[in-house]
Amino acid sequence: MNVADVKNDNIRLSGLAKKAGPVLAVVGIVFLGISVLLSSGAREATVDVDGGDVFWKSYLFAFISALGICMGALFFVLLQHLTRSGWSASVRRLAEGLAKNLSWIWMLFVPILVLVLSGNGSMLYDWADAEYMASAHMPHTKATFLSPVFWSVRAIFFLLAWAVISSIYFRWSTKQDQDGSVNWTHKMQQWAPVCMILFAFTQSYAIIDWVMTLQPKWFSTMFAVYFFAATMTAFFSTIILLARFMQRTGHMQHCITTEHYHDLGKWLFGMGVVFWAYIGFSQYMLIWYANIPVETGWYMARQIGGWAGISILLLVGHFILPFLMLITRWTKRWRCTLPLIAGWLIIMFFVDMYWLVMPVVPETAIENAESYNELANTITANDIGYGFNIVNITCLIGMVSLVLGGTLLNLRKCNLIATSDPRLDEALHFENA
Amino acid sequence: MSEVPSTTVARDDLFGLAAEFTTTPGIYHAAEKTRAAGYTWFDCNVPFPVHGLDRAMGVKMTILPVFVFFGGLTGLILACILQVFTNSLQIDLWALVPVVGYQFEVSGKPLIGPAAFVPVAFEMTVLFSALTAVFGTFFLNKLPMFYHPVLKCPQLARATDDRFYLVIEAKDPKFSLAEVEAFLHTLEPESVIALEK
Repeated sequence: MNVADVKNDNIRLSGLAKKAGPVLAVVGIVFLGISVLLSSGAREATVDVDGGDVFWKSYLFAFISALGICMGALFFVLLQHLTRSGWSASVRRLAEGLAKNLSWIWMLFVPILVLVLSGNGSMLYDWADAEYMASAHMPHTKATFLSPVFWSVRAIFFLLAWAVISSIYFRWSTKQDQDGSVNWTHKMQQWAPVCMILFAFTQSYAIIDWVMTLQPKWFSTMFAVYFFAATMTAFFSTIILLARFMQRTGHMQHCITTEHYHDLGKWLFGMGVVFWAYIGFSQYMLIWYANIPVETGWYMARQIGGWAGISILLLVGHFILPFLMLITRWTKRWRCTLPLIAGWLIIMFFVDMYWLVMPVVPETAIENAESYNELANTITANDIGYGFNIVNITCLIGMVSLVLGGTLLNLRKCNLIATSDPRLDEALHFENA
Repeated sequence: MSEVPSTTVARDDLFGLAAEFTTTPGIYHAAEKTRAAGYTWFDCNVPFPVHGLDRAMGVKMTILPVFVFFGGLTGLILACILQVFTNSLQIDLWALVPVVGYQFEVSGKPLIGPAAFVPVAFEMTVLFSALTAVFGTFFLNKLPMFYHPVLKCPQLARATDDRFYLVIEAKDPKFSLAEVEAFLHTLEPESVIALEK
């Protein structure tokens, strides 16, 4: 396969893949509508005292799941330019298409912004509840930092920054397809370090603002890194599945080779499985060892009642099993095994996000309990926010469909591969040692 | 480039015949043809890694990863045993000698607290994997090797600079001096050199 032949390798979206884009987008909107209907019909029944509104928590869970996939893609695109990687030129456009969703994903965040700014934020965030904050004995700086206006201004800044970076990189890269100038590559490389630093700060603060503050008393300096590791799982699983989908629907049969799958598999193994487990465990161990009540509550909620099972599922299903499955060379190279493992891991990523957002620290139960065993025996599912609701899943299907549909729509008017990238030749002939 | 005629080396002292190439495609195709001709004891001496050359030569995938996996597993198991025993051991050896671990209680943690064992287990896994990888490489490459016949020939020193050499060794079951010499000449090398043991 040579660069000159790439044009004949079906690099324009066609057939099923072209039709799937609008369909998925509509499915996404329909499912979000269904979620609203389901939860507004039974609003009284789904409200629990500690956990905020089920709909809003489901919505946030689905939002950060969808966001994680796109943020991972943005990181990947920036990293390839930062390191001047050659091998990835054949799959980078797919990643750019995924990242481009960040240009409209702010629309999905608007409802949460409106909720917080309209004074009903306590349905989702305890810190939006003035009474809670007054009785919670927290430093005043925390209350200032978490004031609805400041919080919203930050959120707008983050979403704006991602929209700008992802749109610019998508535009520059597709412009290069048209005029073939190498200057676009220079430009993308020049801006990559700045954008990467901006990316690191905005993503870290965003996830602290939106997810960590669900328990305003709790804090962990590793939380942002944990989410970053999770986005790696999400993105590399998604791009493996997306590349496979493209090839199954007749695109790029020769452009994406076993070598590229192998490398994506290595990334998935290294960042999505091992790094995730490393960071997740580091966070757990430091809190377990220090044993400070304000920190341990967060894990307490996740190791008693129903959440204990989910935690073990994550340990086994997100680390031990994929570790053993991906450690050998052939599972990363064979086109039956890698997408299967990627499919499993993207489900585990959703479970991980669910595990991150849904549990509630049973503060009153912890205060009243005499011992750990008593707490574990008397705790109710409602205290720790454990309980599956159909809205959890409809929201997730809605958001993920929107992101996938959006990706296919993004890729509709451009080549599926960066045809004029100066490193495309290197990518096509790339071989793993 | 003057050729060293094969007759200058006695048959018993012959290590093998080397063909000299000036380009990477030259050595690549030569390796392919040598493999196709059925020779098994041959090697390529090149100044830098030539992509795909090992495949052209028909070199099989190394078994090193399997060594490393089991090395790491050994480290993991050893680390777990070490920590469990040193922390919580309490047995009487031969019913006479009491053997007791360092049963320190640290901030109310159990003596066998798996979370505390993980960092040590992780490090031991990494250490054993790394050592297995290094010494496994040594073992598989027969290192340290103080002498190799290829190093004896001053001409082949250019394998570290600007020449590519394909060496068919005399211990190849198909090796016969005249045939191999004729075969190497069909590969259109710069020269064919006889190597002394």
